[in-house]
Amino acid sequence: MATATAARKDEMPASAGTDVYDPTVYHPVQSPSGVELSIRDFKLWYGSAQALHGVSMEIQKGMVTALIGPSGCGKSTLLRSLNRMNDLIDHLRVAGDVRLSGEPIFGPQVDVIALRKRMGMVFQKPNPFPMTIAENVTYPLKVDGVTNKKLLAEACEASLKGAALWEEVKDRLDQSALGLSGGQQQRLCIARAIAGNPEVLLMDEPCSALDPIATMRIEQLIEELKSTYTIVIVTHNMQQAARVSDNTAFMYLGRLIEYGATKEVFTNPHSKRTEEYVTGRFG
Amino acid sequence: MVDMARMSDEVSNEMSRNAAASLAKVNRRKASDLTARGEPMVWAMGGSLAFGLMMIVGFLALIFWNGFTAFWPKPIDVVTMTSGRVIAGEPMRTESYKPTAEALAKLPTGIRAGIEERGGFADRTLYRIGNYDFYGNDFEWVPVFEVKSLTHPKNMMLVERQEWGALIGNVRSLAIDGKTIANPGMKTLDAANAKARGLREKRIGIEKSGVGEVNREINDLRLSVRRAEIDYGTGSPEMLAAAAHAATETKKLTVDFDRLSGEVRAVRARDEAITVKAAEIGGEVREFPLSNFVRYYLANDLSLAQKTGVYLSRWWEFLTAEPREANTEGGVWPAIFGTFVMTVVMALLVAPFGIMAALYLREYARQGRIVSLIRICVNNLAGVPSIVYGVFGLGFFAYVLGGSIDQMFYPERLPSPTFGTGGLLWASLTLALLTVPVVIVATEESLASVPRSMREGSLACGASKWQTIKWIVLPRAMPGIMTGLILAMARGAGEVAPLMIVGVVKLAPELPVDAVFPFVHLERSFMHLGFHIYDVGFQSRNSEAGRSMVFVTALVLLALVLALNAVSINVRNRLKRRFAGDKF
Repeated sequence: MATATAARKDEMPASAGTDVYDPTVYHPVQSPSGVELSIRDFKLWYGSAQALHGVSMEIQKGMVTALIGPSGCGKSTLLRSLNRMNDLIDHLRVAGDVRLSGEPIFGPQVDVIALRKRMGMVFQKPNPFPMTIAENVTYPLKVDGVTNKKLLAEACEASLKGAALWEEVKDRLDQSALGLSGGQQQRLCIARAIAGNPEVLLMDEPCSALDPIATMRIEQLIEELKSTYTIVIVTHNMQQAARVSDNTAFMYLGRLIEYGATKEVFTNPHSKRTEEYVTGRFG
Repeated sequence: MVDMARMSDEVSNEMSRNAAASLAKVNRRKASDLTARGEPMVWAMGGSLAFGLMMIVGFLALIFWNGFTAFWPKPIDVVTMTSGRVIAGEPMRTESYKPTAEALAKLPTGIRAGIEERGGFADRTLYRIGNYDFYGNDFEWVPVFEVKSLTHPKNMMLVERQEWGALIGNVRSLAIDGKTIANPGMKTLDAANAKARGLREKRIGIEKSGVGEVNREINDLRLSVRRAEIDYGTGSPEMLAAAAHAATETKKLTVDFDRLSGEVRAVRARDEAITVKAAEIGGEVREFPLSNFVRYYLANDLSLAQKTGVYLSRWWEFLTAEPREANTEGGVWPAIFGTFVMTVVMALLVAPFGIMAALYLREYARQGRIVSLIRICVNNLAGVPSIVYGVFGLGFFAYVLGGSIDQMFYPERLPSPTFGTGGLLWASLTLALLTVPVVIVATEESLASVPRSMREGSLACGASKWQTIKWIVLPRAMPGIMTGLILAMARGAGEVAPLMIVGVVKLAPELPVDAVFPFVHLERSFMHLGFHIYDVGFQSRNSEAGRSMVFVTALVLLALVLALNAVSINVRNRLKRRFAGDKF
């Protein structure tokens, strides 16, 4: 099943065998530059509890894909599987095929560290390291063993500009990052994520700990970043998903219910359950 | 689906209505009583804290009071007793006692009636009469009822001597440069004493550096011959060459030795030519070399400034000089130094060892039954009596490890051991073993408290596990690790029992760090403040004489532990400040 031939884009991909549930409604906007991440029949177990029941979807290159759904639906689990952050959890088991630009993500030969370097990640709570602002931003380069001061300074400036933080912090790069406000810290984390020059940005509810103004800034930033990176964002805020994303995937109880163009998902959902969720009748 | 939800809503509404109806029957007490509010527990908790604080404050007050007053010069009482005997001494303390029936029977009726009125109790005062070489006793109890008169003559002098403890009496005459001065003034005496002490120090300097150096070289030559014998066999050409070389060199050194010995004799003769004749209160006169007088003052004729001077000079001597008189007088510098060096070496050994073990346990080992078992064992190790560690340290470190080192590297010195006996290294290792559980537990807790978000952030940047630990986890955990180290050092510095078996001695001839190559001598035995307290207080000729020293030494030990901790706490707080803006 993992090696199923790619279905035509406008068709449903092959889904799991024992399917008493409705099949996924599938109508995403296609990207002219193709597919970044392809997920085929991905299943995941925490010990004996199955968290994902065969998710199949293709994440389009250079677009923002939002994952929405009620708590516990598996959207964060799915996101954290993409750069294998879930490896840290004991007794975790996965099945299925996930590929980044055609290369497998799971498998014994995969170099997890090299994989993670291709994907930046932004977490729910801002998690700057207890270092200076500059050290925080250039951490991915430090990991790669870059010591050239000029190179580091350039990367620091470029990343901070990319994260729309440069003007606010350029005079205090050598001060502790912990002195920044929550919104600034989160933009610092975004700067850190893009400093490693990744292909994909994974965002796990990046605005849930921020006030509305900081949230607005991050959303503007996502808008600016999507020309450069493929962005996958998990969010609880449906307005946010509607505002920033091109495609939206609605998940429920570990299954992908509907994956389609954001506009359509929110205005004319094809699935009844999606409609109930986006109209606020449950969730 | 929606219908289902609506249905389940109705069911749950029904259930909550039923529950509310049955709960309404429960008659709740409206006012909360004392036990419900927990007041008695609050009192008990506050009381426990207050009790603990009182004990600590009382303990510290005792140590501080006794420690800080020990060196303050006391007056000298001259007591004339009813029997006509006269004694002079420093009053130490007064207490009640019960005179024996025989003693009571001999007393005049008036006094006996007074004692009987008090239920058979009378008061007595302990005097430090000094002059051990005259009386064979330093202290004397004087019953208050036997005191006929008590005076404080201005000419009574207290002399602290190099040997024989204190002298209490008067200086009658001074012999210097072939002249004899009767009843010398303090100024004359001071000048003569400075000269005599100078000569004495010069002699000791020659003995220690000059003669000591020559002796060491002669011994090294002897060892080189022995070494050649072991390496090449008895009678081998190498050994014969070494022996010939040693013989010629030794001959040269012997000349040096004789010359230095001659110098020592000459200086000693000049020093001993300066003498004083001193009389005790009873009038018996003896002659002493003046260089034997360390400190002297007219106890009943001191101004406050002079008393302060004596007090400070005693503290200075205590902190910087070597002990004399079986440790009951003089200083504790070697013990302070030994304690300090041992604690530092221990910390240097225990820190990397404990931190790395904890890192493996927490970060790399697969958490399971075996790791839990190891953790339990480590925790229990902290509860093993320290003397057991001492026995292990002697048996394993000193005899097995040290013995092997001697076999391999110092065979020429055998059978006298180098590392094969108690010493600084083995004592530090034993204490490191004793305190490693504390460090492991503290480090593990500290590592566990590093937020998961930090590790995830680092890993998401493509850092490896080791890079994450090195750059993110360890710096974050450092304050906690430092806390563990502080606890370990405090425990290690105050430990005595295991040290008594693995290297601490009553009197160490040399410090473990000096100017002789290789400068740090980890094989040497050393002195320790904790052991010094035990030795002075309970092992000396006269426990009364050591009493004040016990308190002063305890005070110094407390101060040393406090100072070591203060340094570590300062380092820890500096580390903590880096995370001051931390909100999660």
